[in-house]
Amino acid sequence: MKLKHTFNIALTGLRANKRRSFLTILGIVIGITAIILIMAIGSGAEGLIVGELGGLGAETIVIRPGKEPKGPTDFAETLFSDSLKQRELEAILKKSNVPDLIDAAPEVYVPGSVSYGDETYKPTIIGFEADFMTDALKLKLADGTLFDENDLKSKAKVAIIGSKVKDELFGDESPLGKNIQIKNIKFRVIGVYAPRGQVVFFNVDDLILLPHTTAQTYLSGKDYFHQLTARAKSPAVVNQTVEDIKRTLRELHNITDPEKDDFNVQTQQGLVQQVRVIINVFTAFLSFVVAISLVVGGIGVMNIMLVSVTERTREIGLRKAIGATNRDIQLQFLTEATLLTVAGGIISIILGSGLSLLFSFALSRAYELNWAFQFPILAAVLGIVVSGLIGLVFGLYPANQAAKKSPIEALRYE
Amino acid sequence: MALIEVSNLTKIYQLDSSETRALAGVSFNIEKGEFVAIMGPSGSGKSTLLHILGFLEKQTAGVYKFQGKTYGDYAEDELAHLRNKKMGFVFQAFNLLARTTVFDNVKLPLIYSNIDDSSVDEITRNAIKNVGLEHRAGHESSQLSGGEKQRVAIARALVNNPEVIFADEPTGNLDSKSGGQIMNILRELNEKHGHTIILITHDRQMAEHARRVLFLRDGELIEDKKTEPPAPLSLRGAPTYVGATKQSQRL
Repeated sequence: MKLKHTFNIALTGLRANKRRSFLTILGIVIGITAIILIMAIGSGAEGLIVGELGGLGAETIVIRPGKEPKGPTDFAETLFSDSLKQRELEAILKKSNVPDLIDAAPEVYVPGSVSYGDETYKPTIIGFEADFMTDALKLKLADGTLFDENDLKSKAKVAIIGSKVKDELFGDESPLGKNIQIKNIKFRVIGVYAPRGQVVFFNVDDLILLPHTTAQTYLSGKDYFHQLTARAKSPAVVNQTVEDIKRTLRELHNITDPEKDDFNVQTQQGLVQQVRVIINVFTAFLSFVVAISLVVGGIGVMNIMLVSVTERTREIGLRKAIGATNRDIQLQFLTEATLLTVAGGIISIILGSGLSLLFSFALSRAYELNWAFQFPILAAVLGIVVSGLIGLVFGLYPANQAAKKSPIEALRYE
Repeated sequence: MALIEVSNLTKIYQLDSSETRALAGVSFNIEKGEFVAIMGPSGSGKSTLLHILGFLEKQTAGVYKFQGKTYGDYAEDELAHLRNKKMGFVFQAFNLLARTTVFDNVKLPLIYSNIDDSSVDEITRNAIKNVGLEHRAGHESSQLSGGEKQRVAIARALVNNPEVIFADEPTGNLDSKSGGQIMNILRELNEKHGHTIILITHDRQMAEHARRVLFLRDGELIEDKKTEPPAPLSLRGAPTYVGATKQSQRL
């Protein structure tokens, strides 16, 4: 029998019971919609984070204390490790050690709040180099100037603040030349960044940028850095530069076994890779959980197909009497089950895409995130394939039951 | 070689521990072009016989040859093909597909055969014309009267131009007028187009349309006689037996 006829017969069978057909695939629809939604959100989140990391620049290299973090406790360790100090910074800045490095600067994080007059605010306080920060994150000054080499050397008590910090503390007043207070120490505001929002992992508008020497001396009271940020000449030499940095630091710390490194070096690409892995694992896990619901949906399809086969016993008998082979009958019911579930798959794709579009829209509105909606092509293809497979797998048993019926028994069936 | 050769045909149904002998050694031949009625009371084994003749069921013992070949000579798919091409079935309960047009019902056997798509519609239209239902071709089967339904079933049986048409109590669910029309159509198919027709009925008046009557009782052939159809074939569609009673209706 021609495929066209098989399709027509199956479609007629499904149309005859529209409401039941729809209810049958509801389980499949919910399951596949959920998977599409999860995958779309996963890829949206990935796109967002990878995009943020892209702000870091491909030639950026980040050196942190402590071994390479593989879990949450390792991350905590990096915050308290003191393996990166001025000595290490100077070592990697030497051309003979790391030839392709053009720049490196230490970062110091200072927890705490800031106040001006009666206003108090809890910003992100970072000690760093102003040129480097401005350049690497492509920031713009709205007002004032950056601090320079001399300020770093003299440990000047100056600060550049983000637009939100300015709004919170000063309102409409000009902050330039005013003194803000962090941990009872006064800093003179010399610059204000233009609003920029979320970049990489922090909000620039929430920033107070100090010379790292100043932050170390007056605020953290420690001689170590939380992070060194370096830049290679070009993205092409990043990997070589990473190797040079590792070799230099291992020599400096007398480390022979890379497993025992007391620092870790990460690149933008490496971070992107890590984020991808985490999100993918998460997405896969959630999808697996939802996949269980597809099995339940499939059993529902099988159940209804069995009912349908019983109901249409006489039809099966007639078809056999007038020349349908067992295979024709099997194919008819298999096609019916598969059409049913694939229809469910298509509905799911429409529904899943619609919901994820809505979701991305809501997220970008509510959190001002740069959340891009991507039509989940992979999920859509997967949805069609999976729904088709469910139809085939769970339709096979009812289809075989139908094919096995003896024409005479079937024709006698009341 | 006769079209149908039956010798010592036996069919025993085994249900749990009880045995039912539906056919107990029946023998006869049917030539191409015959119109044979198989008569007998309920339970005489006539339906079982028809099923075996239609290769829908296998006998327990004895030999049945259709065009010289037995059930065992065919693979299962070949049997389906044989039923499709060489046999046409008309049932008491019509067995039309619900929610399906007359045209699609009649077309059904063609989609199970390898007939070229381009000729399918024409063949179907011709078969519908042969039973005088051109004007109903687009209607769904549920919109038809009983007599019309059975005419659709006959058109369906005819559409592949089979060697033999098996009609199992085709008038059993019809009033006498519609029943007469059906018998007229069957007679015309036999007399004008040379189709072999095997009719099962327990209505003597319907059986009289045939040229030969086989009587079955308790699974045995008790009489095989030639008959002359009493009335000449009138115009198709007009009932031959206006006054036929409904006594024989089996519901």
